Amino acid sequence: MKLHEYQSKFLFRDYGIPIPQGKVATTAEDAFEIASELGGLVVVKAQVRVGGRGKAGGVKVARDAEEARRYADQILGMEIKGLRVEKVLVDPGADIKQEIYLAITNDRGAGMPLIMASMEGGMDIEELNRERPGAIIREHVEPILGLQNYQMTYIASAMGLPRARWRDFGTVLAGLYECYLQSDAELAEINPLVITGEGALLAVDGKVIIDDNALFRQPALVEDHDTSDEQESERLAREAGITYIKLDGQIGCMVNGAGLAMTTMDMTKLYGDDDGIGPANFLDIGGGATPEQVAAALRIILSDANVKCVLFNIFGGITRCDEVADGILTAYNEVKPAVPMIIRLQGTNAAEGNQIIDAAQIPNISSAETLTEAAQRAVAAVKQGA
Amino acid sequence: MSILIDSGAKVLVQGITGRQGGFHTKLMMEYGTDVAGGVTPGKGGEWFEGKPVFDTMRAAVETTNADVSLVTVPARFAADAVMEAADAGIRLIICLTEHIPVADMMKVLAFCRRRGARLIGPNCPGLMTPGQAKVGIIPAMVAEPGNIGVVSKSGTLTYEVGFAMKNQGIGISTIVGIGGDPVIGTTFVDVLEMFENDPETEKVALLGEIGGSAEIAAADFIKNAMTKPVAAFVAGRSAPPGKRMGHAGAIVDGGEGSAEEKIQALEAAGARVAANPEEIPGLLA
Repeated sequence: MKLHEYQSKFLFRDYGIPIPQGKVATTAEDAFEIASELGGLVVVKAQVRVGGRGKAGGVKVARDAEEARRYADQILGMEIKGLRVEKVLVDPGADIKQEIYLAITNDRGAGMPLIMASMEGGMDIEELNRERPGAIIREHVEPILGLQNYQMTYIASAMGLPRARWRDFGTVLAGLYECYLQSDAELAEINPLVITGEGALLAVDGKVIIDDNALFRQPALVEDHDTSDEQESERLAREAGITYIKLDGQIGCMVNGAGLAMTTMDMTKLYGDDDGIGPANFLDIGGGATPEQVAAALRIILSDANVKCVLFNIFGGITRCDEVADGILTAYNEVKPAVPMIIRLQGTNAAEGNQIIDAAQIPNISSAETLTEAAQRAVAAVKQGA
Repeated sequence: MSILIDSGAKVLVQGITGRQGGFHTKLMMEYGTDVAGGVTPGKGGEWFEGKPVFDTMRAAVETTNADVSLVTVPARFAADAVMEAADAGIRLIICLTEHIPVADMMKVLAFCRRRGARLIGPNCPGLMTPGQAKVGIIPAMVAEPGNIGVVSKSGTLTYEVGFAMKNQGIGISTIVGIGGDPVIGTTFVDVLEMFENDPETEKVALLGEIGGSAEIAAADFIKNAMTKPVAAFVAGRSAPPGKRMGHAGAIVDGGEGSAEEKIQALEAAGARVAANPEEIPGLLA
């Protein structure tokens, strides 16, 4: 779960990290009020959860409240990488002497929290990592021990932070680690952490991503979560307990198991890419594939108007394919899709399952034996329908 | 021979009286796995399919001398269950549970290392040494005994490939489902090393997916330390960046963890990479 910049920074503030005294506005008038209160130079920042807001014109420096109103008016309602801007953050302008990068993330390979810090903040960390990997200091934290004092000193010294700032930096880093830990974050990033003209540290931009598996113990963060940019179909799937991700192809995929679901998508692309044909979605229906589950999943897939064909790929291990076939036919009778459906069952009782599908003699339903055949036929069906 | 488990493995099931735990315990016993008993706190003294149920892992291990544990308890209790198993002296812990917070897993993993326990998973289908034993949910029908080692991040994709191999008369030494979570107890490299040292394994099939860099580490190991041939498949070529594809670990993040980069690394290391998983049996024949 990704937090907005303002949510991330307000969370940082709860852990003693200094942030600019800005506020969130949903109208240009609010932005004017906030800017008047703050006085002087302000920054109007689009609150959308994608990178590259600045380049897209979503971040503007305003000289006064009047200009802040004008910029807010431009930015609110703007689309950045397909996401509509609903809110802007109006922050006081900061006197920036130095930009630092500071983040804590889960190092998957090591199975430990990893701190990354650099005096070359402000730019994208991936870009910095590509261009000057040596400029990033990396330090793992023992998960059982937590962050130690000597590590903070090491990081400050290795990154070349002026000694006069070490103490404040330690406060920020300790706060960020606590924030990362208490919020079950998979990323807690301050970029940039600014050293101001007066020598103070200030978290000017922030990004926090929460581990979805830990949301059960983060009620406050869930409560505050903005779901306005979630696709309607993804919301329906979430409520039905199905993992669904909408993509932009034409072949709806219904599969049991995440790895096999990705593989099935890949197959439609492998055989369809030359004709601009590919998967319309990722969908993992899970273990049982009962008629109710299949019907719910089918409705979600078909809610996407781009879908020209539905490909079922079910491996029956403990579930029997003949039961799955019955389930698919029951769901078909309930949903009555108009598009062709190609059904490929493999594993326990696959032959019986295919017989059930074929015996039903429904014109737009057919069975396929291999995944290759199923994917090729789905691609052909889309081409025919086009 | 085989790796990790054979017919001598003595298994405890944590969550044996649960719906999933009970169901799969029966299937494991039918397959021939030596299930010594199980643990469900508060149900000690009861019996399940003729096997004793204990309140704690410590009591279960003291009584049965089991050396393997299967964790089937729900996500909120699973990290605790793995630690309990490690603390009770279990050498091999297989955790099926999905949706355990990563922060918990990092602590659990550190603790397992300290106690000398090997963890497989979480969020995995478990292990199977065909003809000898299975610990987890891998269906019995997907494999026959043989000399191909299979290691995979995924469940049904593994069954699919195993079953395709079986249909072409190719048998398997051991299947290891390492799991699709970001932080897991046993990696591709750990399992490749075991297969390399296992006299019964002649070739290896590796089934990876997008996210993280475990396949890149595997490629380095294949290049530098493996003599046995490896056939591979990487799922997620058509997955968009920044989206989590079902498995918690399956996400291309900041340009890292893409299928292309993994396929390139594996090919450069000398592995034969299939564009279609149905080609894998052919690459192993």
